[in-house]
Amino acid sequence: MSLISYVINGISLGSVYAIIALGYSMVYGIAKMLNFAHGDVIMVGGFVVYTMASGLGINPILSILCSMAFCTVLGMTIERIAYRPLRNAASSLAVLITAIGVSYFLQNIALIIYGSSPKAFTSVVTIPSLKLADGALTISGETIVTIVACIIIMVVLMLFINKTKAGQAMLAVSEDKGAAALMGINVNGTIALTFAIGSALAAIAGVLLCSAYPSLSPYTGAMPGIKAFVAAVFGGIGSIPGALIGGILLGLIEILSKAYISSQLSDAIVFAVLIVVLLVKPTGILGKQIQEKV
Amino acid sequence: MKTMKKVMSLVLVSVLTLSMMVGCGNTETAATTWKIGGIGPVTGDASVYGQAVKNGMELAINEINEAGGISGVQIEYNFQDDECDNEKSVNAYNALKDWGMNILVGSVTSGCCIAVTAETAKDNMFQLTPSGSSVDCIINDNVFQVCFTDPNQGIGAAQYIGANGLATKVAVIYNSSDVYSTGIYEKFNAEAANQDFEIVSTSAFTNDSKSDFTVQLQQAKDAGAELVFLPIYAQEASLILTQAAAMDFAPTFFGCDGLDGILAIENFDPSLAEGVILLTPFVADAEDEMTQNFVSKYVESYGETPNQFAADAYDAVYTIKAAIEASGATPADGISGICDKMTGAMTTISVDGLTGTGMTWAATGEVAKEPKAMVIVNGEYTNLQ
Amino acid sequence: MKRLLQSKETKKTLITFGIVIITYIIVEILMLCGLLSNQLQGLLVPICYYVMLAISLNLTVGILGELSLGHAGFACVGVFTGTVFSICMQNVIAASWIRFALAIILGALFAGIVGILIGLPVLRLKGDYLAIVTLAFCEIIKNVINVIYLGKDSQGLHISTTDTTALGMEPEGVVIIKGAQGVTGMPQDANFTIGILLILITLFIVLNLVHSRDGRAIMAIRDNLIAAESVGINITKYKLMAFSISAALAGAAGAYYGHNFNNIKAATNNFGYNMSIMVLVFVVLGGIGNMRGSIIAAVLLTLLPEMLRGISEYRLLIYSIVLIGMMLFNWSPKAQAWKEKMKVRILGKLKKNQKEVQ
Repeated sequence: MSLISYVINGISLGSVYAIIALGYSMVYGIAKMLNFAHGDVIMVGGFVVYTMASGLGINPILSILCSMAFCTVLGMTIERIAYRPLRNAASSLAVLITAIGVSYFLQNIALIIYGSSPKAFTSVVTIPSLKLADGALTISGETIVTIVACIIIMVVLMLFINKTKAGQAMLAVSEDKGAAALMGINVNGTIALTFAIGSALAAIAGVLLCSAYPSLSPYTGAMPGIKAFVAAVFGGIGSIPGALIGGILLGLIEILSKAYISSQLSDAIVFAVLIVVLLVKPTGILGKQIQEKV
Repeated sequence: MKTMKKVMSLVLVSVLTLSMMVGCGNTETAATTWKIGGIGPVTGDASVYGQAVKNGMELAINEINEAGGISGVQIEYNFQDDECDNEKSVNAYNALKDWGMNILVGSVTSGCCIAVTAETAKDNMFQLTPSGSSVDCIINDNVFQVCFTDPNQGIGAAQYIGANGLATKVAVIYNSSDVYSTGIYEKFNAEAANQDFEIVSTSAFTNDSKSDFTVQLQQAKDAGAELVFLPIYAQEASLILTQAAAMDFAPTFFGCDGLDGILAIENFDPSLAEGVILLTPFVADAEDEMTQNFVSKYVESYGETPNQFAADAYDAVYTIKAAIEASGATPADGISGICDKMTGAMTTISVDGLTGTGMTWAATGEVAKEPKAMVIVNGEYTNLQ
Repeated sequence: MKRLLQSKETKKTLITFGIVIITYIIVEILMLCGLLSNQLQGLLVPICYYVMLAISLNLTVGILGELSLGHAGFACVGVFTGTVFSICMQNVIAASWIRFALAIILGALFAGIVGILIGLPVLRLKGDYLAIVTLAFCEIIKNVINVIYLGKDSQGLHISTTDTTALGMEPEGVVIIKGAQGVTGMPQDANFTIGILLILITLFIVLNLVHSRDGRAIMAIRDNLIAAESVGINITKYKLMAFSISAALAGAAGAYYGHNFNNIKAATNNFGYNMSIMVLVFVVLGGIGNMRGSIIAAVLLTLLPEMLRGISEYRLLIYSIVLIGMMLFNWSPKAQAWKEKMKVRILGKLKKNQKEVQ
């Protein structure tokens, strides 16, 4: 029975990772940059909902929508100010460093506004928990909502990319920026749109993360951010179903290794599995193999 | 690119010269006031503890200054950030020395405190740590502690559980990457062998994975634990309580002084903490006048309820005041002279503070005070017994 | 000799060495005159350490052209092997400088071996994937060190992964590594002079490698892997060579740094991905492949947050803004063009002025 509950918890944790990983993956696929500030956008999303729902007593659903809007604007602003000027820089490392700068910036701004003491986040989920097998197995409402939200987002995103013009433009830009521009696609606009979607997803991930693990501080986003990044690589960075698979696998490995091997070494085990996966399949589980041409 | 390099070198040189000038300007001022320095993490993951100590110290120093200072001498105060990193902590110590510090309160966290003690020993600077609880913090003669040492808390908790027959099956969840937590756990574990209960499950977590506790709780539940011992801080404990409630696991939770901030966490649902027992020297809801005065002033100044770190820091400043008054030291004695006088006086004084009445110190630097057992009833701390 | 001096690269190398030595002399004079603040004196050893890390990482990033996010992990290996050795040998080898030198060599050796072990499987990955794997290794090293308990008594060394009581030591034994609390009680042998010596050695090794036949092979791999392979360069051998030398140098730096404190622990901030990224920032800001730039950037960025201590909580906020600003100013194509324009304009004005004077 405990194995089942571990698996459920693993899937729940993995779903949060998957939603965060989506943001990483989309941005990487299109802008070819590792956006290290993504984890901190999650934290910002959490704080916006916290301020509105707990501080001002606004309806949670409305707060989440506002948080998504806020993060969208934030993501686009970051892209415009800090990333776009470096898009054609001599080294792709330049923009990576700027992303780290943005990450420090967001953490420290939050620290100054909200202070360092952690806040308890009131869960936005009102669904009661599900009791199975005479109470031996309990699935919390947050778990159910997280998993459902993850699936819905995944499906909507796949439809968006494959069925709409803007989605097709994203695919084209990720394939070849220069050619896409020649075909009349607004490359800058498409990349900005990607950041907008990624940041809105980060806001949702922030709410779900804080609902499942209700503690919010300026550093809440850092570790889930790194793990989600690993999840994105796991599944094949740039691939949407890959992010889902990577996230859930990561959550499962983390929880199961904690339960059956060592609770202290669970992170080391997660990273070790990542290395093995990359050695066997260098572009991740669902990643595309790109043959280098001479 | 070349001009850039030149500009950078130029900036570097000017920064260096500037900082040197700042440095020599300060060391030459004659010591006429007490310059108390503080070190702790004000930014970064552990900033909640550093901020609390900073505020607690500030409050005490302002009070003393308003009342006319220590024997008529005013206190100046400077708190430096160490990001909970040993190197930064030593850097902060050096910066404070340049400022002219003659007494140090810090470092807040154990690891940093150990690194800084090596430096204070070289300078023979009087050091009082409000919250560095590892025994390694006080190996030198010039260092004293305001908080309990970890071993004392671990043994105390095990004895309390055993003597009061709180449970026969006990589970422990501790933070293996935290010195405070492992310190308590180790002694608890050792003392448990002499007591009338059995540790049925021990699970650890680390600073990198401190949000999901479902596994640790499931293990405790499967082992049939009646009591879960949590030698950890309030933030993680709040998550554990929430997740335990979500999985219908309701043992008695038992914690140490790290847990006392739990009701003060903004927006925390106090019903989750119902029935939690903790051994702590300080609770913000205590009825005595001193605590109430402190808490109301703290809330007024910083907008949040103080935790045990703030109380320890507040007591640290008053302890320094008592030691100075008892020893008759003056700022003119110089760093080493002050330290010798105060070290001698520390073993003779007795301080009534927020975290204990009649606190006394041994020459080793360890404090003697009694923890109180508290239980949370209806969202308030209540004295047990 | 004359011919040697004429070569442009040798000249550049000598200038770099000269800058380090002159800085050393100036700092020493200032210290003797008592003009150096305590804060700056305390920062000398950490600065040397960061400079060494930056130079050694530049070998991987700039010369080999591979992105590594695990450099702090190698330093971590160096710290722990070096300090454990020193503590064990404290009563055996009396002369502190011999013990310290051995500790540094040992640190370098271990980090180098770890570098080879990691490099062998992962160097066939490319670009960002290599970065992620090195980041993962760095985290694994940190995690594993955090669960190790190591003690020493008359019976020899005891090791455990649970806690100190599980070591089962005699009462007079000393615990050397206490899990997350790290190592406590190593001799504090590190000083500025040794640091400068190590920087010079590091520079010597790296610059010599760059200007050797092997170095040219490594750079050929960076510039065009397929072309390099086609002319018969052994890719694995040269990649591994650069990577493990870089790791060994980081290990030496770590062993040196470890002897500056009484206690050192492996946390995310000092030996996790955060620090690896910090070192990468030095390299990128100083100019990829440019050793002199790395040195200057490492010194500058270590000093900056310390000099901002006056503004307390706002310190790291300002630091992050400065970091973003410097990156934009240094790297964005628009800023580059603007700098070129300004240079032409200023030079033009100067020439004009000169003409008018004449």
